Amino acid sequence: MVLGKVMRVIGPLVVAEGMSGSMVYEVVMVGEERLIGEIIGIQGDRAYIQVYEDTSGLKVGEPVEGTGDLLSAELGPGIIGKVYDGLQRPLSVIGEQLGPFVSRGVKVAALPRDVKWFFRRSPKVKVGDKVSDGLILGTVQETPILEHRIMVPPGVRGTLKELAPDGDYTVEDVIAVVDVGGSSKELKLMHKWPVRKPRPYARRLEPIEPLITGTRVLDMLFPIARGGKAAVPGGFGSGKTVMLQTLTKWSRTQVNIYVGCGERGNEMADALHSFRKLKDPASGRPLSEKAIFVANTSNMPVAARETSVFLGVTMGEYFRDMGYDVLLVADSTSRWAEAMREISARLEEMPGDEGFPAYLGSRLAEFYERSGRVVALGEPERSGSLTIVGAVSPPGADFSEPVTTNTLRYIGTLIALDVSLANRRHFPAVSWLSSYSLYVDTVEKWWRELHSDWLKLRSEALRILQRESELMEIVRLVGPEALPDTDKLLLDVAKMIREDFLQQSAYHSIDAYSSPEKTVLMLDIILKFYEEAMKALNNGVQLQRIREAPVKVKIARMKEVPNEEFRKTYEELNKEIMEYFTQVSSGG
Amino acid sequence: MVSQALSVKEVRRALSARGSLLFVESIPGIKYGEIVEVQMPDGEVRVGQVIDVGKEVTIIQVFGGVSEVNVKDVRVRFKGETFKVPVSLDMLGRTFDGLGRPIDGGPNIVPEDWLDINGAPLNPAMREPPSEFIETGISAIDALFSIVRGQKLPIFSGAGLPHNRIAAQIVRQARVRGKEERFAVVFAAIGVTYEEAYFFVEALRKAGNIESIVSFINTASSPVIERIAVPRVALTTAEYLAWRNDMHVLVVMTDMTNYAEALRELSAAREEVPGRRGYPGYMYTDLATIYERAGKVTGKKGSVTQMPILTMPDDDITHPIPDLTGYITEGQIVLSRDMYRKGVYPPIDVMLSLSRLMKDGIGPGKTREDHYQVFMQLIAAYNEGQYLRELSAIVGVESLSERDRKYLNFADLFERKFINQGEFERRDIEQTLDIAWDILSTLPEEELKLISVDNIRKYHPKYRA
Ligand SMILES: Nc1ncnc2c1ncn2[C@@H]1O[C@H](COP(=O)(O)OP(=O)(O)OP(=O)(O)O)[C@@H](O)[C@H]1O
Ligand SMILES: [Mg+2]
Repeated sequence: MVLGKVMRVIGPLVVAEGMSGSMVYEVVMVGEERLIGEIIGIQGDRAYIQVYEDTSGLKVGEPVEGTGDLLSAELGPGIIGKVYDGLQRPLSVIGEQLGPFVSRGVKVAALPRDVKWFFRRSPKVKVGDKVSDGLILGTVQETPILEHRIMVPPGVRGTLKELAPDGDYTVEDVIAVVDVGGSSKELKLMHKWPVRKPRPYARRLEPIEPLITGTRVLDMLFPIARGGKAAVPGGFGSGKTVMLQTLTKWSRTQVNIYVGCGERGNEMADALHSFRKLKDPASGRPLSEKAIFVANTSNMPVAARETSVFLGVTMGEYFRDMGYDVLLVADSTSRWAEAMREISARLEEMPGDEGFPAYLGSRLAEFYERSGRVVALGEPERSGSLTIVGAVSPPGADFSEPVTTNTLRYIGTLIALDVSLANRRHFPAVSWLSSYSLYVDTVEKWWRELHSDWLKLRSEALRILQRESELMEIVRLVGPEALPDTDKLLLDVAKMIREDFLQQSAYHSIDAYSSPEKTVLMLDIILKFYEEAMKALNNGVQLQRIREAPVKVKIARMKEVPNEEFRKTYEELNKEIMEYFTQVSSGG
Repeated sequence: MVSQALSVKEVRRALSARGSLLFVESIPGIKYGEIVEVQMPDGEVRVGQVIDVGKEVTIIQVFGGVSEVNVKDVRVRFKGETFKVPVSLDMLGRTFDGLGRPIDGGPNIVPEDWLDINGAPLNPAMREPPSEFIETGISAIDALFSIVRGQKLPIFSGAGLPHNRIAAQIVRQARVRGKEERFAVVFAAIGVTYEEAYFFVEALRKAGNIESIVSFINTASSPVIERIAVPRVALTTAEYLAWRNDMHVLVVMTDMTNYAEALRELSAAREEVPGRRGYPGYMYTDLATIYERAGKVTGKKGSVTQMPILTMPDDDITHPIPDLTGYITEGQIVLSRDMYRKGVYPPIDVMLSLSRLMKDGIGPGKTREDHYQVFMQLIAAYNEGQYLRELSAIVGVESLSERDRKYLNFADLFERKFINQGEFERRDIEQTLDIAWDILSTLPEEELKLISVDNIRKYHPKYRA
């Protein structure tokens, strides 16, 4: 192994000499305390190392030892429900062992070594078979709602020589032996994968299924596709974190990965606690049984923000390869970009826009491009998806800054949060005028099965909201009375859409999750009201009569109706609307 | 102040000096981040820190600065340790300078321990989500921006606005309901005037429910570079009181804008590439290492709650100092010049203010079951009222409907009766919510869409009788 010496220390950047023979992205152990670092540049025999732990106390001349390995994640049973730091150290285990403060140089294995998992071998696989990467050898029921599929790791091909019988094994016990061109390769319940390298798959699929999120403004207006990518930019307090937490709580997925990158410690604590308490809507089990957390809070070493993001994606791809739908959220990608900027400045690289390095865009692309819906390698044939949603924190809520603009080049759904909506407590503060989704046409087919008019309702709602903002400019100049009654009615309906449909409290026990059926029927009923009201108006009914319709109060409270009962409510409201307008139109 | 570790390494001259930076020839064994003592030509000793160590040259940042110093005549002693301050329970009731040296004429304290001023990051998995409601007795805060123990909630103010009086009122009146616990206050004055600093120290001393105050004063005339240390020294003391001595500690720091300015000066002196509006690119991270030192910890009784105060340059909330602060803290209380001009005290901008940890601290068993709904309804109604104010300025009040006029009236009541209160008036949460209901009841009942029918039946004055 390469053994060099520290020659300079400037914050998280260490320059070491005597490092020839090492490679870029190799993990090194820095100093007597063996702090974990990664080589990010090599010049002659000098290596430029970003250190993932606090470098205070480090001296010139201390040893730097190469490991020959790239920064890798451990993948195997025991990963679900954990809280990891950016180097995949299990924070709760460290907390129990070393107390509440994070100290340096700690080395604790990511996956517990002493736990035995019950491995059930696949009936389809037998000794003597030709096996290749991705083949499912067997399964471990890791939590009541997650079957961990044990796959032949990428790159391994050959003849299966041994396969362990059903039984209890630790992650390090050998469960299979493959003859690879004459040499034996031992397989275990776990394997390692370099975090910066995308995991291979057989082929990509088009993202045609919507990721059902339970958030109406997304499902109805700005859908995200399974395997798609979305960004949530917004000023401070606009609701990014609540949005990402809501997505990981209610989305229809099998695995969720929550990456807290350079954000608040209390938020992580809140997520951890609430995920243990809240139940997954599909299975009724605690959400923590299908979630993994990566926490590198703002006061933890800056360089590890980058590893936390790539660690999260790697774990996401791993579960995707099992054939699962996985959602990864990263809060906030801006903090990661800032860490890049800081390291780049110390390296004295040529700064680009606002001091960010020129490679900001390509690094963001590397991240978002790892999303996708794919056919996995190996037998049995299966498809899985990794959806990525990243928060962006633009300084001064100004979306023209480099991280936002670069991100927009790669994503399919823009969920733009608007501080002025948040200030008015319109939550989620998703701007209907500046958000967009490129997945509308692809997911429409799925929705059509549920409600034939999904697309029509969506376009109509957006049209009304667009028109509202035009009319409001007039109102601000001359007041509402100057408008014709049809426009006044439109304003009333726009208000209903905003308040009774788009606003959705993340904290309301019923409203927090809106089923697809409830979502589409809620909008359907509002637009039905509009249609009938417009007819009545054209038949000479006074606007005042429309405004007094008692059904409006019921529409305002329909959020509180449980998902299962909603169809009944829909029928009732529909009937009431028809009856009321028939009555007023006939002069009653 | 620096611990008395063995000092063996010494350099008898420097290579050059610039601003607060001193360049010296490297000698073996210098540690990154270690503290140095710089002896000036006149014998005065200043404290510095190694910020860049290389084989040939070591760069030291000196607290107090080294400009215009003859570099041949300085001596640099390497202490072998990071920046530490002495801590002890004797600090309660005492006043120190920004580096932790007593300035109240009293004796040096006998340290129980020496602690690194940077602390160690709290393991997020070991944090306990804050959820204990702190009743400040101020209606606007308790009802709309409730504070919980372990939260970091800054006041965003502007030059000349009464942030100090509000902070003092909070400190004076704050208590956790149902508990007779007393708490300690750690106060850090950062580059403020002498008068401002002593206003606080006096106001705090007079408050009855405070066990004791530890003050750290760095006034406008103290060395700029020491401003970098003050909040850290104060928080180290707070953590010592909270985590080792089970105390509930409220840390008030004013003015964080001066801290950020010092950071900018320092960065310029280092010739770093400036970020937005000249502030260093790492300001977010730097501020986070201060603000994140608040919270509650699993298995510990104490807590650290932070209330930093900052003045927004030009009242601009998008300025990097409030902006980055808002991105780190758990909400903000924003003061409004408009409300101040109207004579409302506390002049809080209801739209821009927010407490993110509110939801965990309120509700049945904590405040009252109707609290959240009343809060949402007040905000919504005030919004509507504000909008109609704008509108009536265009079209005249006469052309507004009956309903609209009620909203206009509501907005006035909200500001004058609900927000506005005396500087020495303490309202408990029931009183606060009852006032809220009184003003809400001036609106038609069917307008209270955000309140459940059950709560209306229970708390609306009409049914309360
Ligand atoms: N869907 C929602 N329902 C109810 N309240 C919400 C919702 N979304 C956001 N909020 C409110 O807005 C506050 C701020 O939201 P959040 O913490 O998600 O902002 P953020 O954009 O992540 O800010 P920062 O960039 O500073 O982290 C929350 O504490 C909550 O009070
Ligand atoms: Mg956030």
